[in-house]
Amino acid sequence: MSEITTEIQVTLNGEQRAIASGTTIAELLREMGFDPLNPKGIAVAVNDEVVLKGRWSTSELGPSDRIEVITALQGG
Amino acid sequence: MSDQVVTNGHADVLRLGSMTISSRLLMGTSGYPNPQLMLDALEATGTELVTVAIRRVNLRDTSEESFLDLLLSRGYRLLPNTAGCYTAKEAVLVAQLAREALETDLIKLEVIGDDETLLPDVEQLLRAARLLVDDGFDVLAYCNDDPITCRKLADLGCRAVMPLASPIGSGQGLVNPYNLQLIRELIQDTPLIVDAGIGTASDAAQAMELGYDGVLLNTAVSDAQHPVMMAAAMRHAIEAGRLAYLAGRMPRRTYAQASSPTERRVALGQ
Repeated sequence: MSEITTEIQVTLNGEQRAIASGTTIAELLREMGFDPLNPKGIAVAVNDEVVLKGRWSTSELGPSDRIEVITALQGG
Repeated sequence: MSDQVVTNGHADVLRLGSMTISSRLLMGTSGYPNPQLMLDALEATGTELVTVAIRRVNLRDTSEESFLDLLLSRGYRLLPNTAGCYTAKEAVLVAQLAREALETDLIKLEVIGDDETLLPDVEQLLRAARLLVDDGFDVLAYCNDDPITCRKLADLGCRAVMPLASPIGSGQGLVNPYNLQLIRELIQDTPLIVDAGIGTASDAAQAMELGYDGVLLNTAVSDAQHPVMMAAAMRHAIEAGRLAYLAGRMPRRTYAQASSPTERRVALGQ
């Protein structure tokens, strides 16, 4: 029996993305190909505030949320 | 690994916050054509602390975290930077993200005021530094060569103040050694690191001879014809400059002072 889920629009790293309403940060990271239990050098901000990794599995994303998922790259 | 310099019976190490390092050369990681060349160059410098930038993950390819693995597996300590930030608000957010991602309190604070010169926006820089120091960060602040701004950064609790030699990536060397000397005289209790504009080995040695505690460079090595060779040159230059400083140079004199004895010179027949 399939569930009816609402889709919401969020911005992820500057790009529009449709996700299921109530998606947590951990779930989004999994969709992106990361393992939220073993983050290895990534961090997340939602609406210009850092969300600590301890809260990824309980933080639900809302409509129009702006999400930044970052890592460290070459730099001077 | 070279013999450690010892001063007053203690190893001549550099303390940045809670971190202690033996190499006074801090290295950037950008501008190399491939990761292997970067690694070879870093190894040749003997550096222990390298900078990294904070950027969005690549949504198309999330296996990119291997860059961090390359550095961490070789034992490098990381110094994330706030490159690309123009306001205190941006810099603080990036620093917080960096701390969360890399589990370090160290941050190289850059708050830029102009895209052509990449000179810092001093007002935003001071604001960001205050916010980050108060939030427990170990701030290494990239700065212009204004002694007053540098002193303010030191006074508000930055772990190091890092005036530029010349604009980032310009390779011009120390364009204003007079100001750098003033800064060193004004700030005795906070580590000072020359950051930006180093072009070749003599620039790095000159910075150390002025009594600076370290040098941070990137482009001087990554853009050299032979980066690994230049990396080795920089290592030697930093060591030479540091030793020369500790040795206490001879005074400059207006007139000559003969270096050979003047007595008992041979005389021609009268």
